[in-house]
Amino acid sequence: MNEKNKIDLLSLEKLSKLARLDFNKKSAEKLIEDLNQIIGFIDQLNEVNTEKIEPLSSVTGHKLPLRKDIVTDGKINKEVLENAPEKTSDYFVVPKVIE
Amino acid sequence: MTDLLKFNILEILRGLSNRDFSTTELVETYLQQINKTKKLNMYLEISSERALKIAKESDCNYKNKSNRFLEGVPIGVKDMFCTKNIKTTASSKILDNFIPTYESTVTNNLWKEGAIQLGKLSCDEFAMGSSNETAFKGNVINPWNWEDKRSPGGSSGGSAAAVAAKAALSSIGTDTGGSIRQPAAFCGVVGLKPTYGRCSRWGIIAFASSLDQAGPLTRTVSDAAIMLKAMAGHDPKDSTSSTKEVPNYEDFIGKSIKGLKIGIPEEYEGSGVSEEIIKSKEKVVEFLEKNGAEVIKVSLPLTKYALPVYYIVAPAEASSNLSRYDGVRYGLRKECNSLDEMYEKTRDLGFGDEVKRRIIIGTYVLSSGYYDAYYLKAQKVRRLIKNEFDAVFKKVDFLLTPTTPSTSFKLGSTQDLLTMYLNDVFTVPASLAGIPGISIPVGLDNQGLPIGVQILARPFDEGGLFKIGNVIEDCVNFDFTPQGL
Repeated sequence: MNEKNKIDLLSLEKLSKLARLDFNKKSAEKLIEDLNQIIGFIDQLNEVNTEKIEPLSSVTGHKLPLRKDIVTDGKINKEVLENAPEKTSDYFVVPKVIE
Repeated sequence: MTDLLKFNILEILRGLSNRDFSTTELVETYLQQINKTKKLNMYLEISSERALKIAKESDCNYKNKSNRFLEGVPIGVKDMFCTKNIKTTASSKILDNFIPTYESTVTNNLWKEGAIQLGKLSCDEFAMGSSNETAFKGNVINPWNWEDKRSPGGSSGGSAAAVAAKAALSSIGTDTGGSIRQPAAFCGVVGLKPTYGRCSRWGIIAFASSLDQAGPLTRTVSDAAIMLKAMAGHDPKDSTSSTKEVPNYEDFIGKSIKGLKIGIPEEYEGSGVSEEIIKSKEKVVEFLEKNGAEVIKVSLPLTKYALPVYYIVAPAEASSNLSRYDGVRYGLRKECNSLDEMYEKTRDLGFGDEVKRRIIIGTYVLSSGYYDAYYLKAQKVRRLIKNEFDAVFKKVDFLLTPTTPSTSFKLGSTQDLLTMYLNDVFTVPASLAGIPGISIPVGLDNQGLPIGVQILARPFDEGGLFKIGNVIEDCVNFDFTPQGL
């Protein structure tokens, strides 16, 4: 594996911040080991020559169709809020973000 | 076991039509079998009352001769499909209290045709896994040699096991890299992953959106044809769903395969594939030749790169799709003082280890400095893999491969990540190329565990898969019913 691509505690902390996903510091060592095993595995792709190859992001072969810019649902506030962990009148409630 | 449980969909529809038995009797029989097979841990939710109520309506429909295409067919649903007013968790703690206010298109299509929902089936968490062991509520047990506690495969492990254990007449699953076909092979049932875009993804909990596809798990090939007919079709709510007309798939059953060209890719039989599985596949080759097909060797040299491509593309898409689970709009929330802390703690608490690994890997391959080296590179190799399939389908009409390198393994026996990932080595390439694939049970190994073969076809040739699958099934002529349940 290319050493520069290896994940260590510092890069794991950065990734976990990006993913908004806390991790248990006690099991960090095992997690880092697992992640590096996967990275070693996907590094195999370096063997494939992809010069002048366009990336493939969709296999459908058709362009995404456009539809008329009209409301298709709406007035479903109740349904949208139905599963909210915390709500007040028609709003989702989250911890305070401004003092 | 009562006779009702032995019938396939065709026989059930005939029996219901003739009023040999009622939908209520049928649903009651299945609910009893679900109860009897509880030890296999397949159902997360059982909708007894609702199912019996709909069964009554179904009996009325038969009485009035207004019965629909799947009238009265009892079906189990993988817990990745959102079902209105019925808890849908994706086998994850983070969704353990989620009750959708809407119905997925595919399940809605089935109910519109008269199918009856028995309940929700366990799977790997967010469909990420090949053994069912990442399920939050504990793994499903394979009904074959069930006392040995073997894996039903994954991620649609509950869906495959329920059909094998006759705790559902048919079930539906989702397949992102093999999640229908591999468990179908492990449990001795038929499992179809349709062409990408054949079924709508709307209302299916998203894992990797460029790969996810819904499909049926059934006792027979003709059952799969009937199910797909009801499930498939264009949906304005999924812009990747195809506008191609849905053929009458039953018309492909019982047709000759004379003159068809079938390729055997040499890369699908390397070391690590069980000898018994290779032998079973050879036997299938004989069947196909006996029925007039021409079988030739072909080569797909990029096959070994499919898994590494998959383990970049799928986690990348997953890390993006799963960002919605943040404790704000639905699902679990861990109360914290700040918003960011709430996100981070909620997700740490709600996701299991495999899901976390994939979110981190996905975040990594999409992050600045690594995007080109991993994500773009993987998308380029994905194109080459697709091109390779396009080229081989100019020479042959179908490909025949083993579905899996091994038969079902004991739960807890696979500790190494990459060994687990290798379960999907033969199913992932078709997912990347978006082509359809079906797994057909063809025999048992020396431990009495089912073996499956996979047939792959050109995009939208599901009909061809049914045609060949049906011939194989007729030649195998074996009752895949696990004993001793």
